[in-house]
Amino acid sequence: MSTQTVAETNSKVKEVTFREALNEAMAEEMQRDPNVFLIGEEVAEYNGAYKVSQGLLEKFGPERVKDTPIAELAFCGLGVGAAMAGLRPIVEMMTFNFSILAMDQIINNAIKIRYMSGGAFKCPLVVRGPNGAAHSLGAQHSQSFESLYAYWPGLKLVVPGTCKDAKGLLKSAIRDDNPVIFMESELMYGWKGDIPTEEYTIPLGVGDIKRAGKDVTLVAWGKMVDLSLKAAELLEKDGISAEIIDPRTIRPLDETLIFNSVKKTNRCVVVEEGHRFSGVGAEISDRIQQNSFDHLDAPVIRVTQEDVPMPYAKNLEYASIVTPEKVVQAVKKVLYIK
Amino acid sequence: MAAKEKITGINDVDIPADKLRQMYYDMLMIRRLEEKSAQMYQQGKISGFCHLYVGQEAVAVGAVAALSDDDYVMTSYRDHGLALARGMTPNVLMAELYGKATGCSKGKGGSMHLFDVEKNFIGGYGIVGGHLPLAIGYGFASKYRKDNRVTACFFGDGSVAQGAFHESLNMAALWELPVVFICENNMYGMGTHVKRALAHDNIYDQAQAYDMPGYQLIGNNIFDVYLKVKQAGDLARKTGTPTLIEARTYRFRGHSMSDPATYRTKEEVDEQKGKDCLTVLKDALIKEKICKEDEFKEMDSEIKKIVADSVEFSEKSPEPPLDALYEDVFV
Ligand SMILES: Cc1ncc(C[n+]2csc(CCOP(=O)(O)OP(=O)(O)O)c2C)c(N)n1
Ligand SMILES: [Mg+2]
Repeated sequence: MSTQTVAETNSKVKEVTFREALNEAMAEEMQRDPNVFLIGEEVAEYNGAYKVSQGLLEKFGPERVKDTPIAELAFCGLGVGAAMAGLRPIVEMMTFNFSILAMDQIINNAIKIRYMSGGAFKCPLVVRGPNGAAHSLGAQHSQSFESLYAYWPGLKLVVPGTCKDAKGLLKSAIRDDNPVIFMESELMYGWKGDIPTEEYTIPLGVGDIKRAGKDVTLVAWGKMVDLSLKAAELLEKDGISAEIIDPRTIRPLDETLIFNSVKKTNRCVVVEEGHRFSGVGAEISDRIQQNSFDHLDAPVIRVTQEDVPMPYAKNLEYASIVTPEKVVQAVKKVLYIK
Repeated sequence: MAAKEKITGINDVDIPADKLRQMYYDMLMIRRLEEKSAQMYQQGKISGFCHLYVGQEAVAVGAVAALSDDDYVMTSYRDHGLALARGMTPNVLMAELYGKATGCSKGKGGSMHLFDVEKNFIGGYGIVGGHLPLAIGYGFASKYRKDNRVTACFFGDGSVAQGAFHESLNMAALWELPVVFICENNMYGMGTHVKRALAHDNIYDQAQAYDMPGYQLIGNNIFDVYLKVKQAGDLARKTGTPTLIEARTYRFRGHSMSDPATYRTKEEVDEQKGKDCLTVLKDALIKEKICKEDEFKEMDSEIKKIVADSVEFSEKSPEPPLDALYEDVFV
């Protein structure tokens, strides 16, 4: 296993929710470095639209935990400028749906400033918030943005799938000197998991084997990790042993971990919450066929959201999203099982 | 400083008695339907985000009364009230909240995305400020076609901090597009008081920057709403000049069904409830002997029946067929 974290060497753990894990990461990093501050809509007095910043205003005061007007372009751009000026902003997007308004700042400024200035600047910015679908939020509020951000050189993209990863990766993201997009999920905030009681970080760019198996590799990140674990349990009943590889960061991508798994299982299904066309899974599949073609016993299959905007009605929404059953079907297909 | 002028009363508007009665009826319909929506949400029949219009009814009803049926109206995700004011039937509205095939958006939109093209209600939009550019697009089309139509674009105080607001007002003024911008300043954007979001909180003053007329009006006073929207609509129709209207109003409930609204004191909310727009109009109708107390009771029971029927209609309506998933991605 390639997960090299303090966690492995430390047996003491405690149970927290996903939102508490994120909250601890921010609190510890703000404690550690006075240049770290948090801004966004409702992050301070309301304690966060999803309560991720609970208590931070009280702990760190209004200079470091700031509510903004509804002005994503401006407050995210403020984050870029402040980062260039030497601070370490954490910009909370109430949801990533609204980050579309700030994309110009992220894409044209944050991730290009270093390159186009010949290395004159660094931009240690974290933009974080919930990504993807929740329940019945409709077309404008249920979107997955990994592939839109992953496209750009100069940006790191982190999508944690467990409480432990969330905390360790967010701490690394805050310490990173590059712009980092950090995607959470509304549905995961209440999930519980163990994290080490002692301080730890998890490096960006190192994937994790979330379940060991031998018949098929499932590549999944974020909310899809848990969904793939559920699929793996269903598959187990049919005697199929699935290995789950969680890259944890899409950029940088721990492709070696994926290749090694595929070399062992010879079959791969990529599970992605977002749309199919130009999805992150397309990139991963491409890399697998480039690197591990001779090891593949079947084409890589991708499971994604249906190619439609998210419908509101529950039955249509369910038909549209990725489900464990769809993953099971895909696995049977790569195993040529009817 | 419109706010400091004398308070507009029933005799300052030339609205016939039966229309006034209808306006009260429409407001009460919104109130009762919203109350029912809340109830059905709590029972799990409606899900997702659901933003109620309770307390703001006079703005939608007064404005729609001042516009023509051909005019376009649009708003944010807090759209139930304006949709009803514009004539959407409670049945198709409730069915949309239920996510049923009989809903106004065939169950695909939900609470935030109501549409009724025939009534020129052109939507419910979920991104704060995101529909203001569409409004100037409609204004542009009207000017292009010389069709004499006006677009009334409603939005919250939160939008004023967005670039889309400023970009849209500038272009509307620059190109003389017939748009009436109606900011419903209910004093909060989610949990943030307008004073914590805007450097200058008399929103109508923003009009000066774009060289267009700006008015502030008292949102619980439907006569004031009617008068100023009429004035703005007439001006836009005649000359193409857009107007920015700030309607001072208040939402009695939380931002959405999931907001306990602990950022407001009970005193503040109670004070606002004491100035309920329904009471303001009712008192005037009684004073002018347009309606008697009994009539209000009759109206209320009729409306409650219609609202109850909308629930029954929604309960009985089918879910959208699974085939609908891939319909309407493209024309
Ligand atoms: C661009 C964008 N940012 C954030 C949100 C989340 N959000 C939804 S409503 C809202 C508050 C809007 O307040 P206001 O404009 O005053 O309208 P009101 O809800 O009071 O009617 C926020 C922040 C959003 N929908 N769109
Ligand atoms: Mg508001």
